[in-house]
Amino acid sequence: MTQIAVTDQTHVLHEPHSFVTRYIWSQDHKVIAVQYAITAIFVGIIAMVLSWLMRLQLGFPHEFALINPNAYYQFITMHGMIMVIYLLTALFLGGFGNYLIPLMIGARDMVFPYLNMLSYWFYLLSVIILLAAFFVPGGPTGAGWTLYPPQAVLPGTPGADWGIVTMLISLAVFVVAFTMGGLNYVTTVLQARTKGMTLMRMPLTVWGIFMATVLGLLAFPALFVSAVMMLLDRLAGTSFFMPELVSMGRQMPHSGGSPILFQHLFWFFGHPEVYIVALPAFGMVSDLLSTHARKNIFGYRMMVWAILAIGCLSFVVWAHHMYVSGMNPYFGFFFATTTLIIAIPTAIKVYNWVLTLWRGNIHLTVPMLFAIGFIFTFVHGGLTGLFLGNVVVDLPLSDTYFVVAHFHMVMGISPVLVVFGAIYHWFPKITGRMFNERLGKWHFWLTFLGAYAIYLPMHYLGFLGVPRRYYAMGDTYFMPESAQALNAQITIAALIVGAVQILFFINVIWSLRYGARADGNPWRATTLEWQTPTTPPPHGNWGAQVPEVHRWAYDYSVPGAAEDFVPQNVPASTGEAPR
Amino acid sequence: MNIGIMLALIGLAIGVWWVLLQKFRAKPWLQQGVLAEPLHSATFYPPQLVGLGVFLAVVMTLFALFAAAYHMRMNVPDWVHLPLPPVLLLNTALLVLGSIAIQAAWSAADHGHDDTGTAEARAERWRRARFYLQWGGLFAFAFLVGQLAAWRQLDAQGFYFSCSPASAFFYVLTALHGLHLLGGLLVWGKTALMSVRVDGAERAPAIALNIRLCAIYWHFLLLIWLAVYALFAFT
Repeated sequence: MTQIAVTDQTHVLHEPHSFVTRYIWSQDHKVIAVQYAITAIFVGIIAMVLSWLMRLQLGFPHEFALINPNAYYQFITMHGMIMVIYLLTALFLGGFGNYLIPLMIGARDMVFPYLNMLSYWFYLLSVIILLAAFFVPGGPTGAGWTLYPPQAVLPGTPGADWGIVTMLISLAVFVVAFTMGGLNYVTTVLQARTKGMTLMRMPLTVWGIFMATVLGLLAFPALFVSAVMMLLDRLAGTSFFMPELVSMGRQMPHSGGSPILFQHLFWFFGHPEVYIVALPAFGMVSDLLSTHARKNIFGYRMMVWAILAIGCLSFVVWAHHMYVSGMNPYFGFFFATTTLIIAIPTAIKVYNWVLTLWRGNIHLTVPMLFAIGFIFTFVHGGLTGLFLGNVVVDLPLSDTYFVVAHFHMVMGISPVLVVFGAIYHWFPKITGRMFNERLGKWHFWLTFLGAYAIYLPMHYLGFLGVPRRYYAMGDTYFMPESAQALNAQITIAALIVGAVQILFFINVIWSLRYGARADGNPWRATTLEWQTPTTPPPHGNWGAQVPEVHRWAYDYSVPGAAEDFVPQNVPASTGEAPR
Repeated sequence: MNIGIMLALIGLAIGVWWVLLQKFRAKPWLQQGVLAEPLHSATFYPPQLVGLGVFLAVVMTLFALFAAAYHMRMNVPDWVHLPLPPVLLLNTALLVLGSIAIQAAWSAADHGHDDTGTAEARAERWRRARFYLQWGGLFAFAFLVGQLAAWRQLDAQGFYFSCSPASAFFYVLTALHGLHLLGGLLVWGKTALMSVRVDGAERAPAIALNIRLCAIYWHFLLLIWLAVYALFAFT
């Protein structure tokens, strides 16, 4: 059967004709990306406010009547779930993935635009169901973001009536939405690359998003399975996860279910999820560092291999989240070993980032500041991960603030710094306007230093043995009074860091209207998205002719070239150093 | 899962890794010019086919995870075996017939849109393709009706949904499989409607591709069903 490769097809698909098809029921990947990003950031703000409320309780216990123990647990649960899934996953893959994949590989759109549109609307539906939990009797679930049974569905846990049901349905809908988007991202990368764009010429951003999507497609079914089974336990009286038990003096109808089974399923999703968030961040940071240091990425091949290795390994480490649940010592040994092995490709990436900076022509632009900030926070969070990967170290630390500090550094602060860096970096392309540099720098320094003011002391609290998940500490002999003072300081820092994010929103809104007009390639970058004929790119991205790719994505400061960058679509010229 | 399986998995991972390394050994910083790729040749896979392949991987993961959960749950002492109603054998046969019919439809359609042969011969091939396509869908419908009958029989024998873990797993897995088949029937319905008016040659490749996608999906769901059936019959 003969057919024409996607990039060579000349007819324009789904040309929008009205406001509604252009901006609302849009099938254009760029519009869908912005829809995803706005929705994700909106729920992210809600989750941030929830974290303020938690911090207020921890820093100043019993000062706020609004925050009772039930509310506190509900805030924890919603904060965690929103941040990990509805903000970061959706923003990195639905937002950046949608915007950047077609532009960076030289395609006119995703290969299945209609499915892409459905993906966003299902995502929005899942967000609406999630937020509906705030308005149902009993409020949202307070089972913790891991939703461990049996407590998640037992009376006594906040939201055990309705909150858990809406949460599980919302997650299932999210998985459906993600699958539709993910099919698109993978197929587009495999099928719609323009002429000359081989896999090994793709920018690392695309590699990161691609691998993260593959992980998501294979990991989210585990979340779907566990959500469906727990929903049936809760609503239909089955016993997948529910053991025989007496709750509040009443014999429950369940018998013989296995709560540990849920933990396996959840973490089979939950650990790859860390890399679903991290890999796109790795990719983008590589491109940001290379562009703003005017130097090719160090060890491109190694970077691609590391992304693949991390992706594969991330499926064989999940039980390191379950050391405390107890397991065969050989399993503990196995999972500790695989966990530590992941440090190798990850460390390779960190070394390569640092070596990319070494003797580069570093421009401390706002995106660059965020990218360098990411290296700090990521190394920091990664190293504490090595502590926690060992069974014997994990057991005493697992239920303390050390873990909270660790994962917020590594998968909270680090990806969020990349998100900001990436938004500042691609803002001129998305909107056609430059942002305010000075405001951006204030935003960076306050966020970066503020994040350390929050999470560095938390490690120390963890060493002191301050337990996480507690609504209030009470009088505990092993905790000195200074621990409470530290908690109050953390809360103040958290309030400030949260509040300064307003600078970002002011910057975006102000620049949309008053920012200087950006030319097509303000960072003088090599990758294809900066070479579109008009900025912002129109529907179909490339006008009459899609670009052809003649070189890899990192030809910065090539000896003999006229400028310090050579875009990917520029043919080899005279004067350029021979390869 | 025992240590042996783990070691086997590690071995498999190393093998996959080695293959990947072979594929990704290019040195892109040394290469210049437009590099030819099979992607841009006329015989490369259409995106719909690749998309379906990715989707099948996701569905397979979904069912594999259910099977793993079933396996883990089975080892708890209160496990009660579920007697399978005999109608399932008939259903299996229906699904096999559906797969055969739709495969015949594809092989007719695959030859139906190339330009060789007379117009009559082409029309005859499309007539055959339509005929088999319709039967492929009807067998799938019959399978779903048979599954409902199996549920009713089980229910009548007292094996209702939440009576035992094996029973709950059975209902969930068959429902999930049925839902996937229903989704396939949507595409099948669209294809069947499209194939009624196939005379214009320009639409023929798209219809043939749709039939091919349906055929792959039917075979895949047959395999999943056989695995589900084996899971309940032999454990």
